Amino acid sequence: MLTNISNVLRACVQRNQVATVLISARTYADFTTEATFEIKKCDVHKLDEAPATQVVLTRDEGLQYYRIMQTIRRMELKADQLYKQKIIRGFCHLYDGQEACAVGIEAAINLTDHLITAYRAHGYTYTRGGTVKQIMAELTGRRGGIAKGKGGSMHMYCKNFYGGNGIVGAQVPLGAGVALACKYQGKNELCVCLYGDGAANQGQIFETYNMAALWKLPVIFICENNRYGMGTSVERAAASTDYYKRGEFIPGLRLDGMDFLCVREATRFAADHCRSGKGPILMELQTYRYHGHSMSDPGISYRTREEIQEVRSKSDPISLLKDRMLSNNMASVEELKDIDVEVRKEIEDAAQFATTDPEPPLEELCNHIFYNNPPIEVRGTNPWSKLKSVS
Amino acid sequence: MAAAVTRFFLRGAGSKVPNTGVSTRGHSSFGATLLKLSPSCNVRTKTQRRHAAHFTFQPDPVPTQYGPTQKMNLFQSITSALDNTLANDPTAVIFGEDVAFGGVFRCTVGLRDKYGKDRVFNTPLCEQGIVGFGIGVAVAGATAVAEIQFADYIFPAFDQIVNEAAKYRYRSGNLFDCGGLTIRAPWGCVGHGSLYHSQSPEAFFAHCPGVKIVIPRSPVQAKGLLLSCIADKNPCIFFEPKILYRAAVEQVPVEPYTIPLSQAEILQEGSDVTLVAWGTQVHVMREVANMAQEKLGVSCEVIDLQTILPWDTETVCKEECFLNLEAPISRVCGYDTPFPHIFEPFYIPDKWKCFDAIKRMINY
Repeated sequence: MLTNISNVLRACVQRNQVATVLISARTYADFTTEATFEIKKCDVHKLDEAPATQVVLTRDEGLQYYRIMQTIRRMELKADQLYKQKIIRGFCHLYDGQEACAVGIEAAINLTDHLITAYRAHGYTYTRGGTVKQIMAELTGRRGGIAKGKGGSMHMYCKNFYGGNGIVGAQVPLGAGVALACKYQGKNELCVCLYGDGAANQGQIFETYNMAALWKLPVIFICENNRYGMGTSVERAAASTDYYKRGEFIPGLRLDGMDFLCVREATRFAADHCRSGKGPILMELQTYRYHGHSMSDPGISYRTREEIQEVRSKSDPISLLKDRMLSNNMASVEELKDIDVEVRKEIEDAAQFATTDPEPPLEELCNHIFYNNPPIEVRGTNPWSKLKSVS
Repeated sequence: MAAAVTRFFLRGAGSKVPNTGVSTRGHSSFGATLLKLSPSCNVRTKTQRRHAAHFTFQPDPVPTQYGPTQKMNLFQSITSALDNTLANDPTAVIFGEDVAFGGVFRCTVGLRDKYGKDRVFNTPLCEQGIVGFGIGVAVAGATAVAEIQFADYIFPAFDQIVNEAAKYRYRSGNLFDCGGLTIRAPWGCVGHGSLYHSQSPEAFFAHCPGVKIVIPRSPVQAKGLLLSCIADKNPCIFFEPKILYRAAVEQVPVEPYTIPLSQAEILQEGSDVTLVAWGTQVHVMREVANMAQEKLGVSCEVIDLQTILPWDTETVCKEECFLNLEAPISRVCGYDTPFPHIFEPFYIPDKWKCFDAIKRMINY
């Protein structure tokens, strides 16, 4: 639109021989500050109410969440690149495609609430307060990493974020435990406990459902259903693919996990449910990952490229938010492009830091096995060498 | 948990320089000490490059007594063993996570197409369920080969293995048993596995009477031992060193054959030091034995334990008992820390650490 104005003015200049024309930049007053959107209705299980379908998004919120989602997206793509260059080794499970889940959830809870998830955790580490630099340095195993370089991709932690867990389904009972602590301490906090469609078939999940419902724990169980448990599609793994109903006696919601607004609204609803003392609630986010299960999985042997392309073109969370904002005059293309450029720069700097930071010192090898005061001795690789473990 | 434990026994007559005792070296020189043990890495401040594998696979001579052979690597020899089993035993079934398309390590490639989807099938993601289900299949009389995708994931099934599978025959007074169950799992360090794709959990099961634990060192051994495990009328856990899946290539007999369980194999006779190892570490030990011979003039006997439980005490302790040992038994293994990601090259008991242990032992 700016181009149009300038063209018109240029034409005027040529006609009227005016020497200079000042084209003022668009002011923020030109944008709509907020707009109401209609979102898809959630499927509900054992609930009388459902999350609202008319939601409000302000311009500031939109830009903020666009930036966060774009940061996560670029960070994951950069991690992909670094992995292929063998700067990141080991395991790397990328989150691109699922950004709306992490960002939507965080938008509806506070940083004082608690969150635990499985190994596809880079996005959550960022939304919970980690910086891109810390995350990337952890991926490359350097001392600047968020876990001092000792954890790697699957083990990132920060305040009120309990990881980052490698064993499938093992984090769910932990999440219930955190929720019990919240209830016990009476600070009106809750715990968001995430797992995937593959983990939904683990026994410990059902043990946790029972405990959480019995003791009315303030826990939001969230199943991120990205349709594939590694290479197995949900139809081949689960007798019932209605993951939101699997909690049976726990109320459930199923929603579109690619739409940030849906996720935010449903999480708000779920958080209210928990905070009002009604006990646990289960949410199923129907989402999609563009990459394979991990970096060793090309991701196309169990699904077609066309399917991935289709999701990318029709349901990409960042595009969805972008289109909504542009079509409602809440931001300009240039503004969003500027955000993209800034994000790119931030990621580049972080990658630079992650590649150049030194590795943790060897003395760290045995530290933090136990809590021990004074330092204890650790058996080494042969009986004559003993190492020191400090905590 | 050790990546692979190696044990050293020093035997022979004659006393050497008295030992100065186990000295705890100054902790500040710890880093330098580790680096001294690995001459392959010089002190550098920039990032370590990824090391080459810590072992060199040493193939065995081609076996002639089992018929025609074919070049196979470890995962292909496993496929061959499973193929033989499904062909000869109509009750045999194979199940686990992702086994239908061939498995994440290609161990079950082609079996579903050949034998049908009711004999080779996927399970959902539930290790406890897989093993429990396998015990049931075996109790009912079928031969069950259950796959746990990584040995690190076997722990949800630990209760089923220890409390159900191992005790079934005993508690029912031999009325029932789950001897037809064999559990297979990829095992051991792989260079980049870190905490949850590198563990060697055999020690946890080694104290459980009722199960057998077997770990092969090569394709020929793997096929024979796996077929023995499947045939054995006891529940067996078969750990396959994943780092050898592609790295170990040998001429493997095509027909089925068995290698007896609970029999350690002496790979190399020696007179001064006994080296006992299993899995990938056997290849490290063979190299160490050569190094010890060349550089120290020490003659080493290398024993592959193969079956961890019940282990072949006779072969290992054949000539000596404690009073005859010249030096205390030396255990070279990983550090007592969780298996690290970034520190892996320093963690694993590579040939230099083992060599160093031999040196100290003979100077005891």
